[in-house]
Amino acid sequence: MPTALDVRGLKKTYTTGGTSLEAIEQLDFSIGKGELVCIVGPSGAGKTTLLRCISGLLDATAGVVELDGTAVTEPPAGMAVVFQEYGRSLFPWLTVRQNVELPLKEKKVPRARRTELVDEALDAVGLSDSAASHPWQLSGGMQQRVAIARAIAYEPSVLLMDEPFAAVDAQTRADLEDLVRELWKRLGVTVLFVTHDIDEAVYLGERVLVLSNRPTVILEDVAIDLPDERDQLTTRSAPRFAELRAHVYELIQKAKKGERPA
Amino acid sequence: MRLLTTLAYALALPIVLVVVWWFASAGSESVFWPPLSKIVGVFGETWNADRWTGDVLPSLARLAVGYLVALVLGVLLGVLIGLHRPVRAFCEPTLEFFRAVPPPVLVPVIALFLGYTGDTSKVVTIAVGCVWPILLNTVEGVRGLDEVMLDTARCYRLSAWTRLRQVVLRGASPQIAAGARQALSIGVILMVISELFGANRGLGASIVQFQRSFAIPQMWTGIILLGILGFLLSVLFRLVEHYALAWYRGLRQADRGA
Amino acid sequence: MTVATVPVAGTRTERVAGRGRDATLGVLGLLVVVGLVEALPRLGIVNDRYLPPASAMFTELAGQLGEAAFWTALGDTLRGWALGLAVAMAAGIVLGVLIGSVGILRDLTASTIEFLRPIPSVALIPLVVLLYGSRPTSALVLVVYAAFWQILVQVLYGVADVDPVVRDTARSYRFSRLAIIRTVVWPTALPYVMTGFRLAASVALILEITAELIIGVPGLGKSIGVAQSSGAVEKTYALVIVVGIIGVAVNLLARALERRTLRWHVSVRREAR
Repeated sequence: MPTALDVRGLKKTYTTGGTSLEAIEQLDFSIGKGELVCIVGPSGAGKTTLLRCISGLLDATAGVVELDGTAVTEPPAGMAVVFQEYGRSLFPWLTVRQNVELPLKEKKVPRARRTELVDEALDAVGLSDSAASHPWQLSGGMQQRVAIARAIAYEPSVLLMDEPFAAVDAQTRADLEDLVRELWKRLGVTVLFVTHDIDEAVYLGERVLVLSNRPTVILEDVAIDLPDERDQLTTRSAPRFAELRAHVYELIQKAKKGERPA
Repeated sequence: MRLLTTLAYALALPIVLVVVWWFASAGSESVFWPPLSKIVGVFGETWNADRWTGDVLPSLARLAVGYLVALVLGVLLGVLIGLHRPVRAFCEPTLEFFRAVPPPVLVPVIALFLGYTGDTSKVVTIAVGCVWPILLNTVEGVRGLDEVMLDTARCYRLSAWTRLRQVVLRGASPQIAAGARQALSIGVILMVISELFGANRGLGASIVQFQRSFAIPQMWTGIILLGILGFLLSVLFRLVEHYALAWYRGLRQADRGA
Repeated sequence: MTVATVPVAGTRTERVAGRGRDATLGVLGLLVVVGLVEALPRLGIVNDRYLPPASAMFTELAGQLGEAAFWTALGDTLRGWALGLAVAMAAGIVLGVLIGSVGILRDLTASTIEFLRPIPSVALIPLVVLLYGSRPTSALVLVVYAAFWQILVQVLYGVADVDPVVRDTARSYRFSRLAIIRTVVWPTALPYVMTGFRLAASVALILEITAELIIGVPGLGKSIGVAQSSGAVEKTYALVIVVGIIGVAVNLLARALERRTLRWHVSVRREAR
């Protein structure tokens, strides 16, 4: 499997006014093309810092992040990010359609193709009827769908999702999780999904990277050997799901106590 | 029917007030409070074609030019200053001082530089007086831009130009509008005041000339005309704002409903 | 997990350090401007008959501080400003609460208020000159007219912002009308009143100075006009600086007051316009 995203020796230390704080000590991992990998960690584990480094929003102190073999120094062309704060990530002065279309215009996608991509993306997230609405006219879950539509219309080779469903209600959350699985399978996009929810990570991922607490390293890279076809009812009640869930849960508990890998 | 009720409510008091004024002043012998009928009677002849082209329109043109210069300069500088924290910190106390200087004292200062007869000095007065609220509100708006929104713009590799147009200016537009509204009322004040220095023509100058020559009914027509112009300008402003900030009203309502 | 929760972004000491640096930069900015005003005329880039060096302005300013006339003018200006603002506040609050709490009054007056509000108060200059000449009353009328609308409109917004549920609760407990105003309407409207006060305070100062400058009502504005027309350039600038400082002080005072009342106020509010 060719590598889509490669993180090697990543280290991030914040320095302000003489004091320095080590957020990420050392991270090495890679994600194959078409994989769906989840990252979980205790709160304050530097998940957001890591994601900002990968997406090129933040300069790492040391180490490299490579996307399709090219080092990331600024937000790369082949990457789309879905933020947790959907309400602050969508532009309220643009309609749903304009929000999805704006990055494509910027990429100089020809008009006909643009319309096609936007229509497909909105259809994929089930929002074809709301194209002319403004984001603030939609519910939270629907707004996050718009953000997802914007990301997939962008045709990224890697899709980063930063705790995208932390702010929506449980019911909507389950629907959106299934939407992500479905889109991932259908589009073959590589997904890196950051979450603090253990169930969500195990349910979604093919692999789960468990982070230690600060300064962050990887505690364990857990392979999720659940069947490819997943659904909320059977998968979540499968014995194997419970085992994996328990395993990740223990890891997180260890991480909270400050345990480091040997 | 609803429309009719609204209209009735909107018109009732103004009609009553005008009627009261009309009859209360009907037999007025006072020099200062001429009958409204007389004021209305001289309105047409006072503001004839010559006065419109020679006084009113030039006044409005100076206001328009000065205001637009202030708008462009204020937004431009405001964005530049607002985007960079050190620049902002460096400039802010100085800008606050200039904003706090009541704009009318600009007139004597500008008179020192430019004299006070031509159009330039008046336009400069209006522009310099209007620029501060626009500038400082723009700085405030740009400072308050949402971090996540800026990150989003970077992630999707929006060019600097698109970011400026689609993110920075749109995002700061509610504050810019607030500043522009303050600036407009200052602009009208300065339009009048700038004409009161030296021998001048213009709307404000005409009204004061009427007063000095004790043409009281004519003076009253001037006050009324100025009032109507002020009202129309604010209606015009509100129309533009209504259209440009429709999303903002919706967003606020959605926030409040939640 | 937002950016703000990255623990490093804002420990207390760092934020204080950041603010300290900002303040230093701000002072530096002021010094650079003063330096420029000193250098430009001295180097002959700007004619010093238009713009005297900063040092000359400050020398003149120091001299002014020793003159009784200066203090009289300053007192006149401040008194006119404060009196006009107080009258406008009182009238604006009383009428605002009254109109705002009675639905039919609100509907009836809305159009009239929207029409009268944007009428520039300078339009009244010729009228007050006729009626009161250059007596302080002239300035008072202009100040009150200009400041009144700012407060009235804010109070109206504030009263309209009262949570209907809270109002109904109060009513269901059979609070008297006055008690509702005191316990429900007023606390909700207070932050708006403070915003109105801040806006009105600076508008009042503008109109006070305008009246002094244009009509010749005694005060700093008149002194500036006289200094300019008699060619006392340094004095003109010195007095403009004083007026600017008053303006800054008025702003700071109003903002401090506004913040004090906002501290305990929970509702999300906007600056109604």
